[in-house]
Amino acid sequence: MTVRIQTEDFDLGAEILDLRRGNTGIGAVASFVGLVRDLNHSATVTEMTLEHYPGMTEKALAEIVEEAKRRWNIIDTLVIHRIGPLKPMDQIVLVAISSAHRGDAFAACEFIMDYLKTRAPFWKKEQTEAGAHWVDARESDETAAQRWTASSA
Amino acid sequence: MITLLYFARLRETFGLSSEQTNLPADVADVRSLTEWLRRRGGAWQEELAQDRPVRVAVNQDMATPDTAVRDGDEVAFFPPVTGG
Repeated sequence: MTVRIQTEDFDLGAEILDLRRGNTGIGAVASFVGLVRDLNHSATVTEMTLEHYPGMTEKALAEIVEEAKRRWNIIDTLVIHRIGPLKPMDQIVLVAISSAHRGDAFAACEFIMDYLKTRAPFWKKEQTEAGAHWVDARESDETAAQRWTASSA
Repeated sequence: MITLLYFARLRETFGLSSEQTNLPADVADVRSLTEWLRRRGGAWQEELAQDRPVRVAVNQDMATPDTAVRDGDEVAFFPPVTGG
């Protein structure tokens, strides 16, 4: 169970090789990579800066991963989130899950992303041609996270 | 003493990322701490107004208005999160 907050980019292939190395019980790996888009609310984004709350970020992500472990049969997880200045097309986040069967890996990957988006203390500031602004939280992200509560009730 | 932290838009608007302050006698929870900060006026009154979606964490756990605040605590104020 690894959580990393870093400014550097990551290599999906290398990270997944690491995740599954030496474990013959792994039958599935699901991964999600989030990228910086160049368009948000119809203004062209030239740069984005990711701010976080050191300490709480790691704690919140560890708790989200623990919750995923309680819900699904997971063998291992990896969460990488980048901070600092990023450009369109840059990778922001990686979530990868290994499990015996694909269902657990798919579900846990989506769950961790949905919770990360609504519970982990990161904030995006976009630089556009029209100036800089903090990105507003989206209702759709909260709705996506809440369906996990509804389905487990 | 308590440590107050501000992130993202709040940090910029207040021009402050952290401060240490004596816990006022009439502050016992997140609700009363927020009210106390609001009384500073200006940007504090505006950003911490009741209709603003401000989130609060006490000792790095998400808090509610009823969460207790005690001497030595770390209390962070920030906008809804937008990572991922």
